Amino acid sequence: MLKLENITKRFGPVVANHRVSLEVARGEVLALLGENGAGKTTLVSILYGLYAPDEGRILLEGKEVRIPSPKAAQRLGIALVPQHPELIEAHTVAENLALGLDLPLAFSRRALVRRLAALLEGHPLGVDLEAPVARLSAGEKQRVELLRALLNRPRVLVLDEPTSVLTPKEVEGLFQEIRRLKALGLAVIFISHKLEEVLAIADRIAVLRAGEKVGEVWCQEADKDLLVRLMVGRSLAPPPKVPPPRKEVVLEVEDLLVPRHGFPVQGVSFALRAGEVLGIAGVAGSGQAELVQALAGLRPHQGRVRFLGKPWPRDPMSLFRQGVAHIPEERSMGVVGGMSVAENLALRTYPRFVRRGLLDYRAMEMEAGGLIQRYGIRTPSPRTPVRFLSGGNVQKVILARELQGGARLLLAMHPTYGLDVGATEEVHGRILELVQGGAAVLLVSEDLDEILALSHRVAALYHGRFVGPVPREEADRERLGRMMTEGRV
Amino acid sequence: MRWELDPSPSLWKVFLAYSLFVALALLLLGLLFLLYGVSPLKAYGLLLSPLGDSLGLAEVGRRTIPLLLIGAGLALAFRVGFFNIGAEGQLLMGAVGGAYVALFLPPGPWTLPLMFLLGGGLGAVWSGLAAWLRVRFGANEILTTLMQNYLVYYLVVYLVAGPWKGQMVFGFLYTDRFPPEAQLPRLGDTLVHWPTLLLGIAAALGLQLLLFRTPLGFEWRILGENPQAARYLGLKGGRLILLAALLSGFLAGLAGVGEVAGIHLRLLEPAQISLGYGFTAILVAWLARGRPLWVLFTAPLLGLILAGGDALKLALSMPFRVVDVVAGLLLLSLIGAEALSQRRLIWRR
Repeated sequence: MLKLENITKRFGPVVANHRVSLEVARGEVLALLGENGAGKTTLVSILYGLYAPDEGRILLEGKEVRIPSPKAAQRLGIALVPQHPELIEAHTVAENLALGLDLPLAFSRRALVRRLAALLEGHPLGVDLEAPVARLSAGEKQRVELLRALLNRPRVLVLDEPTSVLTPKEVEGLFQEIRRLKALGLAVIFISHKLEEVLAIADRIAVLRAGEKVGEVWCQEADKDLLVRLMVGRSLAPPPKVPPPRKEVVLEVEDLLVPRHGFPVQGVSFALRAGEVLGIAGVAGSGQAELVQALAGLRPHQGRVRFLGKPWPRDPMSLFRQGVAHIPEERSMGVVGGMSVAENLALRTYPRFVRRGLLDYRAMEMEAGGLIQRYGIRTPSPRTPVRFLSGGNVQKVILARELQGGARLLLAMHPTYGLDVGATEEVHGRILELVQGGAAVLLVSEDLDEILALSHRVAALYHGRFVGPVPREEADRERLGRMMTEGRV
Repeated sequence: MRWELDPSPSLWKVFLAYSLFVALALLLLGLLFLLYGVSPLKAYGLLLSPLGDSLGLAEVGRRTIPLLLIGAGLALAFRVGFFNIGAEGQLLMGAVGGAYVALFLPPGPWTLPLMFLLGGGLGAVWSGLAAWLRVRFGANEILTTLMQNYLVYYLVVYLVAGPWKGQMVFGFLYTDRFPPEAQLPRLGDTLVHWPTLLLGIAAALGLQLLLFRTPLGFEWRILGENPQAARYLGLKGGRLILLAALLSGFLAGLAGVGEVAGIHLRLLEPAQISLGYGFTAILVAWLARGRPLWVLFTAPLLGLILAGGDALKLALSMPFRVVDVVAGLLLLSLIGAEALSQRRLIWRR
C-alpha cells in the first residue's frame, strides 16, 4: 500500500532520519516505536507533507508520489490524527468536521449535519455533532479528530501517539476502532513509545533509534525485553523497590477545597509521611493541576494544610525555603528558555550569589557545574541557553534546581511526561533517591504504570472529588481506572 | 521548492539575509526618490551628509540625546514585557516639570538638578499610572500609554496658551525664556547639550548592568521571557513591571527636560518639543533587542536618519516626514531579514 524507501532528512548538522525504509499493507497495523527524538515525528511530518525528504522516495500503491503539502497528503488518501487534538474549541463538532470538507459558500447547519452523517455512514459517531468542542473530554476530542481524518476516505491512517491523553478504558475503545478500520482495509501507522500498547495493537513493529530503523519484528515474535533493547540500545535495570515510609508526618491536608472553573477540587484529606509516595491519578482536567497549584502556593484554597506540624506558608518562595520542591505541570513553566543552564539552576537560589549588590556569575556557574555533573545534565556548557537542551535534560535541570536544597516534600506533576525510556529511568531514580532520604512525594501523573510503580498509596481525582487514598497493594490498573472514571474506591 | 524552518542558521547566512534586505530597502527607497523626481544617489548622499562635517555630526548628536535616554528605558521596558508606547507623552511631562522649576522656582545652582528630578519624576508618574492600571485592572498598557500621549499634548497646549503664556511673546504660543540658571551648557556653538548626553550614556550603561548583573535584573529577565515561570517561582510580577515602567518613564522625562533646557530654552508647542522622539525611540529599542547597551549604537543610527531627513528637506524640499519612510523601510527590512535567516529554501521538484 504505502512504502517509504531510504528516507533521509537532515536539519543542519542533525540527521533526523537516516535511510529509513518502511512498508505498510492494506489491512495492517504498523507500529512505529521509538524514544522521543528518535525521528518518529519527522518521519510522520514527511509523510504528511510538512517536510520534504532530502533523499529517498515514497510509493503509494507502487507509484512514486510527491507530497508537497498536507492538502496533497489528504488528496492521496493519507490522513493524520495529531498527538494533541487541533480543534477550534468554541465551535461545534459538526463545524470542526466541516473544516475537512469542500463546502459551498453558504450552507445550512442542517444540510451540513446531513452531509456529515452520510459521509460517516458505517462509522459509529460516539459524539454529539452539535456539542461545542470545548465541552468534550480529551478522549472525545480525539474521536472528533479521528472522524475528521476518516471524512476523506483515506487509504492510510497515521495516528501520532494517540493514547497519551486517554484513560485506560478510552484506549481500549480506540483499539477496537483501529481493529474495525483495519478490517475495512485501511493501512494504519500507529506511533508510540509505550510498549504494552504497541504489543496489543500492532501486526508489525518497526523500531527507530537516533533517526535510523534499528529493527522490524512481527508482533508475535516480539516481547518487551526485545523491544526495549532495540529502542534504548541496552536492557533496563528493574525499577528499584520503594522502602516503606517512616513514622514522621510531613504533610497533613484536611478538607482542602480549591475553587476553579467547573467543579471545585474538594474533599482532599490525607497525611503524607516521610519517605512516602502518594500517587494521584485522574483524567486530564479533573483538578490535578489545581490541587498541585494550590499546594504550591499558586492558587487560593480553603481548608487546613500543615507542613511538618506548622501552618502552610502560602507563597512559592517561602515554600521553597522551607523545603518544598515543585516540578510544574508544563516543563516550559519551570525554566526560562533564553537564560543559561546556570541561571536556570539558580532560579530559586540567586539571592545566594549576590555580592555587593551584583550577581556573582562565576560562583553561580561553579555551583551549576557541580549540579550538572551530579544530575548528569547533558549540556555543552553551563552558559548554554536551556532551550537548546532536550526535554529530558530540561527536566533534569528542573529536578536539580528543586532538589538541591534538600527538599522535605516534592510536588511532582507529570515528572516524566514526554521523556524517553532512558530519561524516565533517571528521573524515577532521582525521585526514589529522595524518598530513601526521607522526603515525601506527591506524585501526579497520567501514566498509571508510573503511579503504580512508585507509590505507597494511590488516590484519584474524579470531577474534582478526591477519591481514596488506598494502599498500593490493594490497587491495580483496573481499580485505579474505576476510581478515575467512576469516582468509586 | 518550499520553505522550511532552519533552527540553527549559520552566521554568514544571517549576514547575507540582513545584507539582502537592507539592499532591498535601499532599492525601494531609491525608487521612492525617483518617483519624487530626485536622483536616488544624490538623496542617499544627503541622507548620509551629516556624517561629513562637524556641523552635521553635531546635528546627529543632538537628535541622539533623547533617543538614547528614551531608547534605553524602552529597551528595558520591552524586555520586561511592558509595552510602553507613551514615551512621547512622558517626554512632554518631563518638559512640563522642567519648565515649572525653571519658570516658577527661585533660580540658583540647584535649578538644573531640580528640573531633571521633577521632569523625570513626572514622566515616571505618567508611565507608572499606566503600569498601575495594568497591574491592578489588567488594562492594556499599549492603549493606555498611547491615549495618555494626547492628554499631555493638550495639557502642554493649554499651559503655553493659557496660564504659562509668556509676558513678552505677543501672539506666539510659548512661555518666557528660561533664566540662565535653567539653561544647559552646550558643546561650543552647537545644540549638543552634553550633560543630557552623558545622562543618556550613563542610562544605557547603567540599565545594562542592572538588567544583566543584579538580582533585580535577573527577576526582570525571568518575568519578561516567561511570565508563567515568574509566577511559578513566586516573583512579585506587579512590582517588577511597575518598577520597569517607572524607570522608562523617568528616562523619557529626563529627555524632555533636556529638550527644553538644552535647545528651546522655553516650553512651547508640544509638536515642536518632541518631533516624535518617543515613537522613533521605539525603533531604537526594538533594534537594540532588549539590550540597553546596544542603544549606544542604534540611537545614533536613528539620529543620523533624522538629521539626514532634515538635510533632504532643506536641499530637496522633500517633506521632513520622509524620515519616517526611511526608518520604516529599515525596520521592515530588518524584520524581514530576521524571518528569512530563520528559514531555508529547499530546491526539489
